[in-house]
Amino acid sequence: MADFEGVLICGEFSEGHISTVTKELLRTGRTLGDQLKQPVSLLLVGQDVGDSAQEAIAHGADKVYLVKDNPFSKSLPERYLGIVIEVTKEVEPSIILFGHTDMGRDLAPRLAARLNAPVSLNCVELSLDPETHNLLQTKPVYGGNALAVWASVSEEPGVVTMRPRASTPAEPDVSREGHIIPVKTEVEGIQTKGELLETVKEEVKGIKLEEAKVIVAGGGGIGGREGFEMLGELARVLGGAVGITRVPRDEGWMPSSQEIGQTGHIVSPDLYIAVGISGAPQHLAGCSGAKKIVAINKDPQAHIFQEADIGIVGDYREVIPILIEQCRDRLKT
Amino acid sequence: MHIIVCVKEIQDPEIPPSKFKLDEEAKRVIPPEGIPTVMSPYDEQAVELALRLRDEQGGKITLFTVGPESVSRIVKHGLAMGADEGIILEDKAFEGSDSFAVAYLLGKAIERIGNYDLILCGREAADWGEGLVGSLLAEALGLPLVTLAESVEVSGNRLHVKRVTLDGYQVFSVPIPAVVTVSNEVGRPRLPTGWGIISASQKSLPTWNAEEIEAEVSRLGAGAARKKFVKLFVPERKRTCEIIEGETVAEASAKLVKRMVESGMI
Repeated sequence: MADFEGVLICGEFSEGHISTVTKELLRTGRTLGDQLKQPVSLLLVGQDVGDSAQEAIAHGADKVYLVKDNPFSKSLPERYLGIVIEVTKEVEPSIILFGHTDMGRDLAPRLAARLNAPVSLNCVELSLDPETHNLLQTKPVYGGNALAVWASVSEEPGVVTMRPRASTPAEPDVSREGHIIPVKTEVEGIQTKGELLETVKEEVKGIKLEEAKVIVAGGGGIGGREGFEMLGELARVLGGAVGITRVPRDEGWMPSSQEIGQTGHIVSPDLYIAVGISGAPQHLAGCSGAKKIVAINKDPQAHIFQEADIGIVGDYREVIPILIEQCRDRLKT
Repeated sequence: MHIIVCVKEIQDPEIPPSKFKLDEEAKRVIPPEGIPTVMSPYDEQAVELALRLRDEQGGKITLFTVGPESVSRIVKHGLAMGADEGIILEDKAFEGSDSFAVAYLLGKAIERIGNYDLILCGREAADWGEGLVGSLLAEALGLPLVTLAESVEVSGNRLHVKRVTLDGYQVFSVPIPAVVTVSNEVGRPRLPTGWGIISASQKSLPTWNAEEIEAEVSRLGAGAARKKFVKLFVPERKRTCEIIEGETVAEASAKLVKRMVESGMI
């Protein structure tokens, strides 16, 4: 077996640009590649990659492998898997990175099984053991109550998915040089057992959670659908978006597409206002990247006060209307 | 229709963070006193999904779990919810197995059963959160896989599986038999009924060991693990909370806005 070398990132892009998660992976991959003195490659699968390949080079890729096929969202994971395996044979990387996305979390375990390789999902940090250069993988366990570190010991390449927002993209350097390599894989020959019947995107009104500078989030303490109208009003005044924890979703007060946490969106706004949220680690996993967290809860013992920067003990029904009014006044002037 | 559900016993994930303790030296979590273990919630939702399918299609549900004798309690819980049979895989050789080894031995046990249409697993266990066993099991058995399912419909000899995505969903069609991992969007699992509890208590749970499932011992246990467990720790808290006080909630709220504006948050 050949010596495995370098980092291969399975990238994602839409409308001609690589995704934020892919930029984050390029940063992490670049750091590992520099330490190992090994190249960083990016795989892009799709019809019209636009400027994605150049962008990837500016963000740290040495080589970009382009495979013309339907992108994952329109294709089957089995087919995409077949492509990744073909490209892996050519690149022979020692580390394969995916984002912990709809695509990455589905593909990484299957790829690891096919390559007989170790795999860790949802990592928040990757580093190299200073002595052995084995890949150290840090990931949240027990719902985020603790972090665990694993080291690769196998000779096979390590497969990893990285949690979105676990790193910050580097500033692009347009003077960086790299190679763009079109790959002809026998995509038509890849056997698939399943079939994708439909892909549905649920439109969320207003600002996307991932892009919002301010998020007003509500938990079980909101008590019902009506309370969220109040949170929505505050979000509008602040130019932000509304998020929820698991309870409002389970209770059917709000759609699951707005959930923040381990099983939902991972966000990093400038300001996160947590209203009626107890502060379970499973929820904090999705918002701990916020620059500032403000907690509003009537229970002074609520765990959220351990995890916030500023807190106010009180009923949100009293607090929020004042916040709405005063913010509106102050933001006008 | 014969549905197999793989379930795992874990420490109750709903305990408050203040009760969460670990032994860094031993790299293990100290079980909170007086709080019983539970079936991993996503596995419980997998049982719920299986029950909905059986209610509609008829057939039988078999639960599989790996672990020592104590796991029988969570298998009985699944039976009390309405599953028909439970099988425990137990052997000294299984101890310390990683997800690959667990998937391998579940696969061997399922092959011994032979006749099945659908294998359901929770999307991940709520303790170590690896999220691997279901996918690796599909690979081990060479079966089609759909991850993160919200619902499953039977359509002839195929399954239509609704897979949850971050901003919507996808629908896959896969031939029977298949492996499906189940997400929390399935909704609340049903509670056991009184009759369910009584009938579950009367059922015996067969235990199968490595030899009975013809598993190669060299592929199991801590020795076969692909990753070395290096460290377990509680992350440092990055923030200290300043509580805004006031004579009235209104006064405190006003101060809060002032603080947010002054510190440039808004």
